[in-house]
Amino acid sequence: MGSLSERITIQMSNVLSHLSDEQIAEIENHSKAARRKKRWHDFLEMVGNHTLLIFLSTIFILPLYLVIVISLMNKGQAETRSIWPSPFMWHNYVEVFTAVPFLKWTLNTLFVSLMGTIGTVVSSVPPAYVLSRLQWKGRNTTFVIILGTMMLPGQVTMIPVYIIFSRLHWIPSFLPLIVPSFFSSAFSIFLLRQFFTSIPDEISDAARIDGCSEFKLMMRIVVPLAKPAIAAIALFAFLGSWNDFFGPLLYIVENENLWTLGIGLNAFQGLHHVQTNMMMTASALFMAPVIVIFFFSQKVFIEGVTLTGVKG
Amino acid sequence: MQLTKAMASLSPRKRGEGALAPARKKLKVPYIFIFLCMSPWLFGILFFTAYPMITSFYQSFTKFNLIDSPEWVGLDNFHRMFFEDSDFWLALKNTVWISAISIPLRITFAMFTAWVLTKPKRGSSIYRTIFFLPSMVPTVAASMVFTYIFNPAYGPINRGLEAIGIDEPPFWFMDPKWSKWGLILLGLWGIGDTMIIYLAGLLDVPKSLYEAASLEGASPWQSFRYVTLPMMTPVIFFSFVTGVIGSFQYFTQAYVASGQVNDYSHAMYFYATHIYYTAFRAYEMGYASALAWVLLVITLICTLIILKTQKRWVHYPNGSLFK
Repeated sequence: MGSLSERITIQMSNVLSHLSDEQIAEIENHSKAARRKKRWHDFLEMVGNHTLLIFLSTIFILPLYLVIVISLMNKGQAETRSIWPSPFMWHNYVEVFTAVPFLKWTLNTLFVSLMGTIGTVVSSVPPAYVLSRLQWKGRNTTFVIILGTMMLPGQVTMIPVYIIFSRLHWIPSFLPLIVPSFFSSAFSIFLLRQFFTSIPDEISDAARIDGCSEFKLMMRIVVPLAKPAIAAIALFAFLGSWNDFFGPLLYIVENENLWTLGIGLNAFQGLHHVQTNMMMTASALFMAPVIVIFFFSQKVFIEGVTLTGVKG
Repeated sequence: MQLTKAMASLSPRKRGEGALAPARKKLKVPYIFIFLCMSPWLFGILFFTAYPMITSFYQSFTKFNLIDSPEWVGLDNFHRMFFEDSDFWLALKNTVWISAISIPLRITFAMFTAWVLTKPKRGSSIYRTIFFLPSMVPTVAASMVFTYIFNPAYGPINRGLEAIGIDEPPFWFMDPKWSKWGLILLGLWGIGDTMIIYLAGLLDVPKSLYEAASLEGASPWQSFRYVTLPMMTPVIFFSFVTGVIGSFQYFTQAYVASGQVNDYSHAMYFYATHIYYTAFRAYEMGYASALAWVLLVITLICTLIILKTQKRWVHYPNGSLFK
């Protein structure tokens, strides 16, 4: 079915065929004026929209701009409310690596985030697969439980989990930050399931008839088709641990050698010989990878957010 | 019994028989495979959810300092919470205050930015990227940056405010009256991920509805009020529920910000902060568990209330005239 405006156009052309030439000319003149007026109106609207959008963009960009410019100032200037560095202290970006163990923090964060990502992907694909591609008793109940755990405040389980890890003598170490991710993430299962469900069942049926095992079916057919969704959960998992503060605060804060960027950055001011402008340099470096990742994977990202946000 | 079934399904002959039947249901359910696939989740939920929940429920009736074994004290923890612990009430008050302001503000702002993004015919993807970007910034970095740039003495924000004619701009994070507003602004800055959900919702509204509205002579406001808004209620509902659940777990921003400035009046002391300090600074695990369970109950009640009101204002297009 065509849209409303299309149907109206068709009706209009029917009406026009019954009119004389003069009448048509008159209508066309009118419509020319109307079109001119409309074009002017559209132009004003466009200017208005873009003004508003540029204004909002400025607000969103402003803090990022300020981090970068302050990170390039010397200590004195950073405390004068300036908005342009003079002189440019490019050296800050070298100094930050010697003033604090910035490289170590980065490597620690990277290690935890990568392991967490691997764990989440490996342990979330299979549950999502059987929850979406196979019919079995209790499937829906399981899915409801998974959704329920997504809503569960972490504080309720936090203390006993902490006690478990402390009994295992895993505190302070990276293990409490990495191991739980190998036990599935409800959010990732949910996102993947939403995507897996959209893959036509006929593909699986055909493969099953040809004697393909379920495991092969999952790995060779469904997983390759679901690459965008897997990329999305990998990204979310990576950023989740990269940005995580609470986990490291509980489990690694006692051992400075294990500090991640978040913990290190938060402790920045307490550390000796650290200047305030350097804090912004470190912040800028902490944000940089995330922002670079975002520019390369914007589509995956936005699709992932949309898939879980609305389709749920 | 199920084991034999599953074994049988592994043999190729049975598989062949199943394949002859037209319906998919005739294929044997591979229970072993399902169990193996679900096992990470299953063990996860046992070790990291079910067992901890039961334990923390038990511990909420005990006095427990992590070294000695838990000592049963009945309802003492709850009595202490409601009648003796002024920090509990402060944290609760602060949390309710910030949620009551920031949840509606976030919904409005997310809707507004998303709506503005649907307007231009060209170039909206650039703006979308810019709006989304701040939500990617690590929370710790964002909080540090905000406390710094909003610092009345050396942050450039107040200089800008003075330049546009605000003579005595607030001291933001340095002032107990304004620090929560600083946190709210920090939250609004990172609205991007919520905004994307709203944007998807707005783009899902059928064009024909707007055309019908404009043929009926609806003003832009009317078409927003009577077309856009009703169609967006499921999204608003979703972000309302997640907002309420999230606000009781609000921690990192407040913790980092209050570490940067001296939050002597505890204006940035929230419910999750209270649990953290009770459990991991004072090591009062029993009392902290009680606090956590009260948090769960409060969250549940709030969610149930929103769910109850759902019928009155949430409009699901599926199954209605529009689908």
